Amino acid sequence: MILTVILASLAVYSWKLLGYLVPERFITERFRGFADRVTVALLAALVAIQGFSTEGEIVIDARLGALAVAAVLLAIRAPYILVVLAGALVAAGLRALGL
Amino acid sequence: MNRAVLSTSISVGLATGLYGISFGAIGVAAGLDVLSVMLLSLLMFSGASQFAFVGVVAAGGAPITAITSAWLMGIRNSFYALRLTTVLGPRGLFKVLTAQLTIDESNAVSAAQIEPKDQKFGYWATGVAVFVFWNSATLIGALAGNLIGSVEEFGLDAAAAAAFLGLLWPRLRNQWQLAALGAFVAIITTPVLPSGVPILLAAAVALIPFGGKR
Repeated sequence: MILTVILASLAVYSWKLLGYLVPERFITERFRGFADRVTVALLAALVAIQGFSTEGEIVIDARLGALAVAAVLLAIRAPYILVVLAGALVAAGLRALGL
Repeated sequence: MNRAVLSTSISVGLATGLYGISFGAIGVAAGLDVLSVMLLSLLMFSGASQFAFVGVVAAGGAPITAITSAWLMGIRNSFYALRLTTVLGPRGLFKVLTAQLTIDESNAVSAAQIEPKDQKFGYWATGVAVFVFWNSATLIGALAGNLIGSVEEFGLDAAAAAAFLGLLWPRLRNQWQLAALGAFVAIITTPVLPSGVPILLAAAVALIPFGGKR
């Protein structure tokens, strides 16, 4: 298993390193713009998948309430750690209530 | 050094610690020994890839399937690296270290800053903070193992979603259309495509040059 873990880690690492090996002359302004927009599109996708799917199925559950509370806290500029903790507590609370 | 950025970085590190505990517990529950679970957090150091890896192991999948799943989930780090290489400008062997800390969180905190020096500092502060908290939390989760209840019971899955929302938030004002389309594409393709692929489709959305500038 250790060997599998190391091989998998190298495989994942190869993606990380790849982006740094592209010569800077290939990274044009347009390309930078794309790389910057990717950050936004991917984070949004992660919110959607982490918030509304379970094992490949679309699921609406307590996480919706957690995200709504998180959004309100973000809108009133609450500290990041509070937003995350509130997300956990709201979901845990709703589930404890059987929702 | 910017104190506000440092504070965000430490918060992001603490938050990843929350689900780092669940990663450790899930890894051990999947049948991995504590050393393997720790090596995943130290060497692979990419949450989505790690969860994908232990998911395959837990389901009794072949090693090559576990490796491939983790590898596919890691593609997005390449996009982040393309952005970060111009921000950080690492040279020579330093690229090797810089690459290891290239993850959702370090790139997101960096990308949320306006000033180039804050973008740089945000990357390093968040990368180091997440590395420290993620690995400590993994160890706690792996050792405590079954003492910890389910991830859902404690709302840790929702914590992860809220954490990603918090990272996205500063960009929503000007680029909400892009974010909405990325989220939409990812969620509607989730039931029909293998895990990891919907995320890549969302990345393709960024090719469409619409929405405001940051």
